Amino acid sequence: MAAQGPGPGTVTPSLAVQTPSLAIQTQGLTKVFGRVPAVDAIDLAVPVGSTYGFLGPNGSGKTTTIRGILGLLSATSGGCALLGEPMPERAMATLPHVGALVEGPAFYPWLSGHDNLARLDAMGPDGRSSTRPGRIGDALARVGLSAAAKKKYKAYSLGMRQRLGLASALLRPRQLLVLDEPTNGMDPQGTREIRHLIRQLGEEGSTVFLSSHLLSEIEQVCSHVGVMHRGKLLMQGRLEELRASAAPKLRVEVDDPARAGQLLAGLGMADVAREGNQLVGTLDGLRPQDCCRQLVEAGIGVRMLVREQRSLEDAFVALTGEGFNVAG
Amino acid sequence: MWLVEARTVFGRARVRALLVALAAVPVLLALAVYLSGGPGAGAGPAFLDRASRNGVFTALAGLAVTMPFFIPLSVSVVAGDAIAGEASLGTLRYLLVRPAGRSRLLLAKGVVVALYCVVAALVVVAAGLVAGFAFFPHGSVVTLSGTTVPLLDGVGRSLLAATVVGASMFGLASIGLFVSTITDAPIAAMAVTVAVVIVSAIVDGVPQLSFLHPWMLTNYWTAFTDLARAPVRWHQIWKDLVLQAGYLVVFGSAAWARMTSRDVLA
Repeated sequence: MAAQGPGPGTVTPSLAVQTPSLAIQTQGLTKVFGRVPAVDAIDLAVPVGSTYGFLGPNGSGKTTTIRGILGLLSATSGGCALLGEPMPERAMATLPHVGALVEGPAFYPWLSGHDNLARLDAMGPDGRSSTRPGRIGDALARVGLSAAAKKKYKAYSLGMRQRLGLASALLRPRQLLVLDEPTNGMDPQGTREIRHLIRQLGEEGSTVFLSSHLLSEIEQVCSHVGVMHRGKLLMQGRLEELRASAAPKLRVEVDDPARAGQLLAGLGMADVAREGNQLVGTLDGLRPQDCCRQLVEAGIGVRMLVREQRSLEDAFVALTGEGFNVAG
Repeated sequence: MWLVEARTVFGRARVRALLVALAAVPVLLALAVYLSGGPGAGAGPAFLDRASRNGVFTALAGLAVTMPFFIPLSVSVVAGDAIAGEASLGTLRYLLVRPAGRSRLLLAKGVVVALYCVVAALVVVAAGLVAGFAFFPHGSVVTLSGTTVPLLDGVGRSLLAATVVGASMFGLASIGLFVSTITDAPIAAMAVTVAVVIVSAIVDGVPQLSFLHPWMLTNYWTAFTDLARAPVRWHQIWKDLVLQAGYLVVFGSAAWARMTSRDVLA
């Protein structure tokens, strides 16, 4: 009897199932507490393989969104899919592939870091006990907590607790990591280590959804960004797109600001504002050299002319119309 | 999952302290009776007047003393803490994201709380038997009915009594579990559960409310004493177990409904 199996010429059907292109997708996700919408009809689209920065000031609805995505709360309206599966209906099948840190770490104070991870791992599916010691050891090593594994959680510093939270997200290979403010409470060195770790995880193929109120953190780590403000998702896309939305400005100092202002506005410059002898306006596609030539040809004395590239923070302020403060 | 949960609950210093305190009660009773002689026949808590006759009665006296308040108190602590304790620590969200599954988690919590009820009563009886046999005779047992049964039969009956007492706590435990799913403050859940015991006992003590008595959680709690008769009178014990099962179904369902629908914000 010949061994069973595909003989020559037979075609083995591809086992690859259709993989979703979005790791997280929400459609009109809304959560209302009382009468106040904490999250207001947001349409997140987090591409598989991206490191997505979920940016917004404290109180803008980031954590509520994350709770909704993970099935911790039921949406008032709208839907959500995680790794292509509807949530919360398919939570038991999907969540084993998702590592999460939600609103800070939380563990049993009377257990050691190691025992906390062991308990959590044993409380759900896909956590084989034979591989558990190895996986816990690896996860603790990755976040630099091996030396403190046997210490009680209550003796951990805030930064160590945060690291243990990350370790719990790394207990098993994950397709998606949802990390809510992972560097909160960490010293600068720890912050650098964690950012390095997040970059590494992205390079290893996990999709990372990183929420932060720190623009610089998102800027350093992420390929994509979504900006939350007062429960609304103001924009999302590749990081360069947000940067590009911050159009450069032109600043000139002239001997006749009044006439120069009229002239520049006539050329198509937007938001021309006068600051003493100086004028500032958004270039909006205008070339600085053309502006300069026009001014000189009009007989206006140009003392200074600078093209000002704006930072991502300026772009954020331009989007939200206000500074990076706590939403009221 | 049940095993892990049981290990976590019984590994807690608080729970161990409760069990040690429960075990101390029959030991103290035995010591007191040994040093100063038991109360007169029929006086004092149930079985205490017989404690010095046989170690089995020391165990039953321990059960009779801890049954009305101490065991229910400790059950309230453990049951009230079950979900609310996880919520207040924030570990509930991580268990659900793990994902432990809301129904599975509640079931594991319920099973371990039920286990605690039986263990608590067994600890009292075990400590009572040890202390009783240390201080008092251990021959055949003269039952409340005046008949005599062999020692082994007596020991078996006291262990059965512990199981019945444990099962008598299931109603209370399910109320505690339900309250625990409502609040994020474990202390509040424990206090409400204890209050249920007190209110039930008060209603049970008012003759004018006798029409309510058969429905009261605490009404048949002393039924286990019928196990000390020979032959055993099962009637009250069955009534108790049926009533407890009723509470278990009602409040267990309520806890499940709440657990599977609640928003976890803590």
